[in-house]
Amino acid sequence: MSGEDRHAKIYGLHLAVLAVLFGLSFVLPAYYHGLMARILVLAAFAMGYNILFGYAGLLSLGHAMFFAAGMYGAGLSIAHFGLGVPLAFLSGLACGALLSLVIGLLALRTSGVAFMIVTMMFAQVLALSLIYFAGWTGGDQGLVIPQPARILTLGGAAFDLTDPTVRYMAALALFAVALAVTLALVRSRHGRVLVAIRENEERTKMLGYDTFANKLAAVVVSGTVSAAAGAAFALLFGYVGANFAGVQYSILPLLWVLLGGAATTLGPLLGTLVMYVVTDTASSFTSAWLLIVGVVLILLVLFFPKGILGTLRARWLGWLP
Amino acid sequence: MTPLLVTKGLTRRFGGLKAVDGVDFTLMPGEIRAVIGPNGAGKTTFVSMVCGRILPTSGMILFDGADITDMPPHRRVRLGIAYTFQITSVFPNLSVYDNVALPVQRTATVGQGVRASVMAALEKVGLAGRAAMQAGQLAYGHQRLLEVAMGLALKPRLLILDEPTQGLSDAEIENFVTLVRTVAEEATVLLIEHNMPLVMRLADRITVFDAGRVLAEGTPEQVRADAAVQAAYLGTGAGEAA
Repeated sequence: MSGEDRHAKIYGLHLAVLAVLFGLSFVLPAYYHGLMARILVLAAFAMGYNILFGYAGLLSLGHAMFFAAGMYGAGLSIAHFGLGVPLAFLSGLACGALLSLVIGLLALRTSGVAFMIVTMMFAQVLALSLIYFAGWTGGDQGLVIPQPARILTLGGAAFDLTDPTVRYMAALALFAVALAVTLALVRSRHGRVLVAIRENEERTKMLGYDTFANKLAAVVVSGTVSAAAGAAFALLFGYVGANFAGVQYSILPLLWVLLGGAATTLGPLLGTLVMYVVTDTASSFTSAWLLIVGVVLILLVLFFPKGILGTLRARWLGWLP
Repeated sequence: MTPLLVTKGLTRRFGGLKAVDGVDFTLMPGEIRAVIGPNGAGKTTFVSMVCGRILPTSGMILFDGADITDMPPHRRVRLGIAYTFQITSVFPNLSVYDNVALPVQRTATVGQGVRASVMAALEKVGLAGRAAMQAGQLAYGHQRLLEVAMGLALKPRLLILDEPTQGLSDAEIENFVTLVRTVAEEATVLLIEHNMPLVMRLADRITVFDAGRVLAEGTPEQVRADAAVQAAYLGTGAGEAA
């Protein structure tokens, strides 16, 4: 296939996905509309995770800390310093970027299983600190961000992020940016180097690449995208809570990415969506919904070991990025 | 003329074993140098220290007059030391093209000439027609050639080839000889090789390793005539050699 043809297909597909998501805002019933906004934000989190896990091949079990850094960075700056929405969001981003830089410098001294454990431990430290400093963070209870603090004023126009349509569009905007970042990254030279590190780090070094610096950059980009999702979650849904820093929120992005297809740009969205649909459907008719979710996951791993999109790409759609 | 590569008293211990033991080695620019020796003589350990994959226990490495003993491997590659692995180490899940694009893109300017340089490197080893294939699906001999193409794409000043012809057919070896001679017009070649007829034809000078030390060094004729080499390496007593 010619390069031009492939470019056109790739951009066409991604734009079509964004267009469908835009259109869904006008047809989804209220309940699903709200759920979809949530899924879009969490899919952005999964995309952040995918950059590190899917492309660079580094399995972190502590990504909840980056999500929480963004969430608390945004939420606490509103609660304690009365910042406006844009500055609060930037504060969340900055917290995530800084935390991922520090964690990257420390955790990348290890690899493999040790890397998993070290990232998980750091995430636990953050989660427990959030509960310990309850005077600041609200502890177990978390903090509710009141509606007046969630109005975004941009150039004279006011957007109320508690309004369902505004919230959906803000979530979609975040998702689109995260998708654009992923797509640009994986098609860049840096992306190619990350894949090379995943495939054979020793060889990549011997081609003249500083693999540590490349991995560190991947941790920071991945952590910052995850933090952006966390900050958006706080602003769009008005709640900041320590459970988002817990180990569950480190495992979930891994599951979503595995389900949708690691190292595919659209896999994280698909994985998050499928997981929510299955959970939602199953829990509507049985209290044993976790059992059904479990069975679905096992079936997927058996028949789609590379995730949904990963398998499609391996069998039919080789051009998928 | 400054030697391209000098090692002084280069030593590497693995536990009680001295894999490389006080090697003094000098390589002039433009040479094709072969390193030969029995299995376990320390050849691969020696070149691994030169390219930085293994750090020496003691001793010193100079590249073009500069001390690189403690330099991390990726910076040595940037200085112009390229190493092709003894055990084929391509990226099996990437295309042949991407395998070579990786070394090319590090030095190429954005958008310019990556494709041309990749195809030129593949052309040299005769793999241009297989650019779109997955590297892991290439025949073993072709993977060896891809490995060499990746080394060439780094535009090295010193190309280290660790048993490059292992697993190649006779016809492929012929192409390889031509290839190395072309490379040697622009780069210095350090070659570890077991195929003696090939070494005798290709090398300007030969260094013989045995038990971690340099046993002999000289032109192919000198080495062939050396009694100690015959005893250690060719496995014949000096007296029987005709």
